[in-house]
Amino acid sequence: MFLTPGDLEALWLTVRLAACVTLILLVLGTPIAWWLARSEGWWKGPITAVVALPLVLPPSVLGFYLLLAMGPQGVVGQFTQALGITALPFTFWGLVVASVFYSLPFMVQPLQAAFESLGERPLEVAATLRASPLDAFFSVAVPLARPGFITAMVLTFAHTVGEFGVVLMIGGNLPGITRVASVQIYDHVEALDYLQAHRLSAVMLLFSFFVLLALYAKRRPRKMKGVT
Amino acid sequence: MFFLSLPAHAEKINIAAAADLKFALDEIIAAFPLNPSADKVVVTYGSSGKFFTQIQQGAPFDLYFSADIALPRMLAKNGFAASDVTPYAVGRLVLWSPHLDATKMTLTSLADPKITRIAIANPQHAPYGQRAEEALRAAGVWRQIVPKLVYGENIAQTAQFAQTGNAQVGLIALSLALSPPLAKQGSYWLIPDTLHQPLEQGFIITRRAANNALARRFADYLRTPAACAVLVRYGFALPGEAVVK
Repeated sequence: MFLTPGDLEALWLTVRLAACVTLILLVLGTPIAWWLARSEGWWKGPITAVVALPLVLPPSVLGFYLLLAMGPQGVVGQFTQALGITALPFTFWGLVVASVFYSLPFMVQPLQAAFESLGERPLEVAATLRASPLDAFFSVAVPLARPGFITAMVLTFAHTVGEFGVVLMIGGNLPGITRVASVQIYDHVEALDYLQAHRLSAVMLLFSFFVLLALYAKRRPRKMKGVT
Repeated sequence: MFFLSLPAHAEKINIAAAADLKFALDEIIAAFPLNPSADKVVVTYGSSGKFFTQIQQGAPFDLYFSADIALPRMLAKNGFAASDVTPYAVGRLVLWSPHLDATKMTLTSLADPKITRIAIANPQHAPYGQRAEEALRAAGVWRQIVPKLVYGENIAQTAQFAQTGNAQVGLIALSLALSPPLAKQGSYWLIPDTLHQPLEQGFIITRRAANNALARRFADYLRTPAACAVLVRYGFALPGEAVVK
């Protein structure tokens, strides 16, 4: 067989993780992006910077803080234990929480750009037609910002698939729970099993290429239409 | 400007060392007599398996200290060594806990339902992980505790999982349990070495350092009583003694 059962398990886990993170960030990131696109206050700067932090922050910084914060002695850990949930490190949901932080800018930034490019006009029109702000958002802003949503979701999904450093630090390498494809490849290399490492790496390479190809192939004609 | 004025014989060695050597080797290097303005010893700690791959791919390491002597042997066989494979120590495995009294525990204590997470190094490739699995199997608790295991990438990360309290217990290197940060925080129980294959460790001078006098000098220094004393203080058995044990 081309991939071992362990590889397939890691791939399936990676897909589940990325899907969960994309959905959660869609819910969390949309209001943040909307708010950033439309507010003018002095705090817009700091919030934008915080959202963009994972772009520049080494994954080890995030992994280190999360390991301590989510552990039994940490702030988050104490909170989750009070709720009767086990500490988050070494769990699937721990990875989800970490990835939500890690992939946040990939959801918020494209959405913010899409919302900003809408301008005030469509919403003003909707308001004159007596649409409530929420109604206007869902029936006017969301359809108009559709390309932004697609870009944001694809990038979030792909970026979560590509996660490695944070997972290595807080995952504990559990098969089916935290051993995602990137870690599985690392393990193959460490175990000197280059053949399996090659195979899984090739799968990841092709996946990443086609995701980006689909994204950019879809984008180009749109842009050209806008120009002509 | 300062660098340009260095004498021509100034030498530098890069050492790749197994993570269990972290504290012991730091001390040995600190005591290693060298001309501080000219010579330089740089050390990188990590997993033995990763260094093995990196050296094969031309990583600029002059000495390679592996927690499993089989890896430098393989490198030597493939022509990457400029010295014999030299055993330098035999490692020991301990059960370490930051909060529980590990001195009163044994491997069978790990089946206790109150213990929910146990850290070991990844048995797929980390020597200490392989030995931990052997010991747990020999103690007859492996099947019961597999669901509680979390796997560190190397033995230092395994210790860190336990030190941060994210795992209640870790099966780690004695050399790390005796290191200052862990010694003052937790307690350990020495796992009988009859339960697992020996953790025989070995080093080589790599091919690229064939003409590096400082690398030779450092290799020789490891045989001195001063260097051996440090290894012993960190719980390593010296290769000669291990045979007697």
